[in-house]
Amino acid sequence: MTVLALSPTDLALAGVLVLLLALLAFRLRVGMAGQILIAAARATVQLLLVGLVLKALFAHVQLIWIILIALFMLLVGAREVRQRQQRTFRGHWGYSIGATAMLLPAFSLTAIALTLMIGTDPWYEPQYAIPLLGMLLGNTMSGIAIGMDRFTQTVWQQRAIVETKLTLGATGGEAVQEARRDSARSGFIPIINAMSVAGLVVLPGMMTGQILAGSPPLEAVKYQILIFFLIACSAGFGTIAAVWVASKRLFDERQRLRLDRLRPPPPRKK
Amino acid sequence: MTVFQLRDFAYYTVQPFQLQLQAGETISLFGPSGSGKTLLLRALCDLDSHEGELLLNGLHYHDCEPHLWRRQIGFLPSESSWWFPTVGEHFSSCDKNRLHRLGFSDHTLTWDIHRLSAGEKQRLGLLRLLENSPRVLLLDEPTANLDQDNRQLVEGLLNDWGSETGGVKIWVTHDRSQRWRVATRHFDIVDNQIREISL
Repeated sequence: MTVLALSPTDLALAGVLVLLLALLAFRLRVGMAGQILIAAARATVQLLLVGLVLKALFAHVQLIWIILIALFMLLVGAREVRQRQQRTFRGHWGYSIGATAMLLPAFSLTAIALTLMIGTDPWYEPQYAIPLLGMLLGNTMSGIAIGMDRFTQTVWQQRAIVETKLTLGATGGEAVQEARRDSARSGFIPIINAMSVAGLVVLPGMMTGQILAGSPPLEAVKYQILIFFLIACSAGFGTIAAVWVASKRLFDERQRLRLDRLRPPPPRKK
Repeated sequence: MTVFQLRDFAYYTVQPFQLQLQAGETISLFGPSGSGKTLLLRALCDLDSHEGELLLNGLHYHDCEPHLWRRQIGFLPSESSWWFPTVGEHFSSCDKNRLHRLGFSDHTLTWDIHRLSAGEKQRLGLLRLLENSPRVLLLDEPTANLDQDNRQLVEGLLNDWGSETGGVKIWVTHDRSQRWRVATRHFDIVDNQIREISL
């Protein structure tokens, strides 16, 4: 069984439906018409580019190209983490905390999965490596963004409480213990929710893709389970690491709360 | 005996100054709003950065872990924060004697923090701070929200604390007669300088 190919006409038909949605949003003054169209256009262009890149990559399997693409994905992800924060750290910390916390678990787990579990040959076989890394990075990115945003916001709002705890003799870590735990927890929620309803409400995206492409359902299910476990570990470790490093960075060597190391949030758009 | 010593201490925009506090001594501090009274207290307990040296019983602040320093240099902010649901959860072993002296009962420890008035928060905040057995108290208008009776209770308690433990106090206040009652030396912050004055 092979995939039934889509013609440009098929895609154009779906595109017309999106146009109708934007038109409706415009008429009802929902105010998102422009954003819907821009997002749809971005998705089309970005995915077409990725398709071309992957096509070239699959034709010439070379480690250096895979590493370059992986680094590009990481940098864009780190930027996205920063964009999703209300208050980011000043200086290189705004990027580097998120980037490092994504890099370590996502890359190491991808490598472990490719070598020990899937057993691709060569181990960096792009057909497996790139989608796998993408799923891990994407989900780790979400967890880190949620966790760090929650953490810096909470500490900012609870400044008086945190400083009172300091005056009563708490270390910086003790003073933000609650905030740190709650923030790490909030970064776990998306993947826990996804695993909990998996298969009951929606078929997970990757599994759907494999089934559409003609894989036997049970093979697709096994892959999906593997991916879930990897995502949970990557997002979990990444979120914990990011929130912990952020909590260290909010205090200096004399355990003073340094909210001046955070940038104020950008002005809200109307 | 010198308990707390400041050498060439400078912070914020305030010029370097010297200060020595002898055992049991209390000084009062006054300055117009925005002159940096609260910032001085924050710098002394090392919540804000500063220059110069701070010594407690001869021990340099830099040779002391910051959280242990803050346990000994007890700072009472003008508004205290509470985070657990009830009052009692903020204390490890509440000194019942002091609790009663400030007009509370054992039952107070079960109170919901949301029903505390500003004055109650101020008095309970002081009790919570004293639990660490600090050597220095930095008091930021500790009786600002209190009526006359409660003010007297707090002044009496702090006075006895000084003579019993030999601890020293820096007391920020706007009340001229209170300065006279609680402190033996008096300082004003004027034009970014800290000067000793006579009342």
